[in-house]
Amino acid sequence: MLAAARCVVYRDLLLALRRRGDVAVALLFFVIVASLFPLGIGAEPNLLRSIAPGVIWVAALLSSMLSLGRLFAADYDDGTLEQMLLGAAPLGVVAAAKAFAHWLVAGLPLVAIAPLIALQYDLGAGLWGILALSLLVGTPVLSLLGAVGAALTLGLRGGGVLLSLLVLPLYVPVLIMGAGAVEMAAAGLGGGGQLLVLGAMLVLAAAFAPWAIAAALRISLE
Amino acid sequence: MKWFWYASPQTFYPLAGRIARWSALGAAVLAVCGLYIGFFVAPTDAQQGEAYRIIFIHVPAAWMSMFIYVVMAVWSALCLALNTRLSGMMAAALAPTGALFTFIALWTGSLWGKPTWGTYWVWDARLTSELILLFLYLGFIALRASIDDPRRADRAAAVLAIVGVVNVPIIYYSVQWWNTLHQGASVSLTRAPSMAATMLAGMLVMALAFWLYAIAVSMVRVRCIIRERGE
Repeated sequence: MLAAARCVVYRDLLLALRRRGDVAVALLFFVIVASLFPLGIGAEPNLLRSIAPGVIWVAALLSSMLSLGRLFAADYDDGTLEQMLLGAAPLGVVAAAKAFAHWLVAGLPLVAIAPLIALQYDLGAGLWGILALSLLVGTPVLSLLGAVGAALTLGLRGGGVLLSLLVLPLYVPVLIMGAGAVEMAAAGLGGGGQLLVLGAMLVLAAAFAPWAIAAALRISLE
Repeated sequence: MKWFWYASPQTFYPLAGRIARWSALGAAVLAVCGLYIGFFVAPTDAQQGEAYRIIFIHVPAAWMSMFIYVVMAVWSALCLALNTRLSGMMAAALAPTGALFTFIALWTGSLWGKPTWGTYWVWDARLTSELILLFLYLGFIALRASIDDPRRADRAAAVLAIVGVVNVPIIYYSVQWWNTLHQGASVSLTRAPSMAATMLAGMLVMALAFWLYAIAVSMVRVRCIIRERGE
């Protein structure tokens, strides 16, 4: 079972490596969206410092959502997904592995580059760590919840826009807790509480989302 | 009692018609009673004046908006677990009514907020989570609309409704936490002074009227869906 999961993760990472452009585009999107906000609302340092956690988190949310459409689409088109469904490995494990691979490709780079954006927003040096930490714990939840939406909208017309309508309301708690952790830390209160809640969300999502993804995939492939 | 007798759309169709007729009648009578109590019997509020009377629409609508989502999720769970055709149709029939009540709750809430809080919209925890609930409803409806095969639409929307209902409390509490983080408890509905008995009665009667209205409308809608699918 674990071998199957490892195999799926390895395969998806290999595919992402062969198509490096897709990964780079999502990352670039994150950077560009985050850079647009100062242009829109002015570069007053205090203002930027106070909106930074929210803006960076919203940009991360959108960027992670952008690549969700590709999560199952290629496998669906060439029939690989059907083979996975018929295969011996439980579909839930395959689904979890695919969500994990999506996070490695679309979530982890955001964690790495976020401190750079934080620099642009003049966020205090002590806050970089907590921003990266909140993204590290929060983005896997985005990948897991997003995979449910991606599986549901598989092969539908207008899938991309529909996906955002389905997934974004579900992202709200992650956004609140993720940005909240940084804000609390900035206020000198420590963001530990929010980070723990994010961790709890991650545990919940990791436990239940694979079931929902598997059920949605079965429905989409009927 | 043969529960599954009515699980078939053919046998349910005439029953739905009867339920719809009686519920509609009950809803009309109760709405007239409730509005009469609300507008003529209930006393003027000491703090809010006459503006508070909108709660006779607002509070029952808000209750129904949340309750219908749960009912929808229960039908969705039945749809996935038992694979009955009618369950998915019921969930589909309930969604527009739930969205309507959510919208009414938001709208009347902002109309009430203007004279009371001095603004149409505040990022109060309840308002925000109600808004997100509206998005969840719209997502459910949009997902159904974009799938052509009705059976697949039922089941896919069912998964979404169940994921949503698990998320609703999490969204509510996180929004509440966020709210207390951002602004003090300047506005809160919970500090309402102990309510006069007639106010409570008017609200309960209106809630019952909305309830029956929701049943009537969803029954009519489920009959249309049965017809549409040619069952």
